[in-house]
Amino acid sequence: MGKRMALTGNDAGAYAFKHANADVAAAFPITPQTELMHKFAEFVADGDVDTELILVESEHSAMSACVGSAAGGARTFTATAANGFALMWEIVYIAASCRLPIVMAVVNRALSGPINIHNDHSDSMGGRDSGWIQLYSENSQEAYDNILQCFRIAEHPDVLLPALATLDGFVLSHTVEAVEILDDDVAAKFVGKYKPHFSLLDIDNPVTVGPLDLQDYYFEHKRQQVDAMEKAFPVIKAIGKEFGDLTGRYYSYYDEYKLEDAEAVVIALGSAAGTTKAVVDELRAEGQKVGMIKLRMFRPFPYLELRSLLKNFRAVGIMDRCISFGGYGGPVFNETRSALYGLPNPPVVSNFLYGLGGRDISTHQIREIFETVQKSAQHEPQNLIHYVGVRE
Amino acid sequence: MAELLEIRWHGRGGQGAKTAATFLAASAIASGKYAQGFPEYGPERRGAPVKGFTRISDKPVKLHCAVENPKMVVVLDETLIEVVDVAEGLPKEGIILVNSNCDPQTLRDLVNFHTGKVATVDATTISIEELGKAIPNTPMLGALIKVANVLPIDSILEDITKKFEKKFSQKIIQGNINAIRRAYEEVKVDDSI
Repeated sequence: MGKRMALTGNDAGAYAFKHANADVAAAFPITPQTELMHKFAEFVADGDVDTELILVESEHSAMSACVGSAAGGARTFTATAANGFALMWEIVYIAASCRLPIVMAVVNRALSGPINIHNDHSDSMGGRDSGWIQLYSENSQEAYDNILQCFRIAEHPDVLLPALATLDGFVLSHTVEAVEILDDDVAAKFVGKYKPHFSLLDIDNPVTVGPLDLQDYYFEHKRQQVDAMEKAFPVIKAIGKEFGDLTGRYYSYYDEYKLEDAEAVVIALGSAAGTTKAVVDELRAEGQKVGMIKLRMFRPFPYLELRSLLKNFRAVGIMDRCISFGGYGGPVFNETRSALYGLPNPPVVSNFLYGLGGRDISTHQIREIFETVQKSAQHEPQNLIHYVGVRE
Repeated sequence: MAELLEIRWHGRGGQGAKTAATFLAASAIASGKYAQGFPEYGPERRGAPVKGFTRISDKPVKLHCAVENPKMVVVLDETLIEVVDVAEGLPKEGIILVNSNCDPQTLRDLVNFHTGKVATVDATTISIEELGKAIPNTPMLGALIKVANVLPIDSILEDITKKFEKKFSQKIIQGNINAIRRAYEEVKVDDSI
């Protein structure tokens, strides 16, 4: 089934977009996303896809072109990173509020300054309130799988929201790994043909997109975006299962890893989730009762499911590769801890901020995180926020 | 090899440390193994010291952190020994392979590594004779295969042919194959264990 290849994360992303065979793509280069669009441009030049690739002069224009294209009923995607994502900010919100099922790959990179090209999650986490679905990838295989599923999720009639899949800059985007790419016909059948619900080009059924919307209806439209996010839950689950039946790689909101009888649990997303699994393997081999949860879906946030899962544990550690300055802990910590509020006997939840600007997160450091979480199960600590691997 | 093999490559910008690190990973994947290949991205300049990394395993590689304790170090340029601690992080039973015309016993003192294996091969001369240019990274792959016993030599040769035939002439492909074979045969090993 499929073809096993040695690909970088960027190449794997480009193959997913090839298999989605979108009508239109618009993008602007930015490290570490550049090679993804290079590779995709090769597919365009070789005639492997039917995509019209629009080379724009900025990311603001890239997302604007995507909005126009998607409003015209075309399957549309883009890819960006860091400051590129920041530059398209205004239009990122507009894409979501127009309910345009645009797909975007975000090759996670630190949001300057000082200027830094390496990985953290400040870019996509900053967009958490913009109305986009967000899926995080542990490795390049998941980057391919997530991007492909994003098209199905975004275009689902119950959802009609833009969706982004992330892959960690350099750690995945520039690392060669084994990735299984679906056969072209299998991928085409999975993604399916796009039948837009509305199109500006459908002159027999005229619609208005993006008009003025003031005190009278704006709030109702926002409420509908909330509904669409709620409706995305079962869709994301069903498509993850369908993808699993097809490939053997099943997806849901999160992965539970060796949680049975675990006394300390760590939650991570992105590539550090893989390193955390390797540490869980080591610690289990030493007889320690530890496990981890890999969060795949951050938007919508699976608060009910995590609340019900985590209530069984004494101590939980949350790894965040992003700081919310002036806030109490990082975004994954905030959301998870809030989901546990009101439980009669909630676990102690600690936050571990790590890896900003591409700072390596080693197996030793993750072992220390588990140690801290284990201790917090015995004595509730005064300080819940920890900075990992930083000089103080 | 059930366990994970981690390799660190030292070279100077332009010598192909990144290419060798990712090429070896891709060959391992083509032969059915799991692997990762990645460079250390910093402010690269031609001639500046650079590093590349390869992980190879029979099982999926979950780690996505830096390689701190490689089992093997490959040095593409022996002048780096004076500027970089190439033996850093190696375990006692580690392996250092250096592109050098010195014998491995002499090199052992220079790299300050008194346990494990030290190996040398004159990959620069081999590449000049076989390819007409000093591009030591492909012959170093041949020497690595012999010393680390990680993949069959044929899988590297097949992969080189497959990857190069789109871009290069038959002469260049044959030159690379000869260079890899020669390095495979000519590499000298000093094993202190």
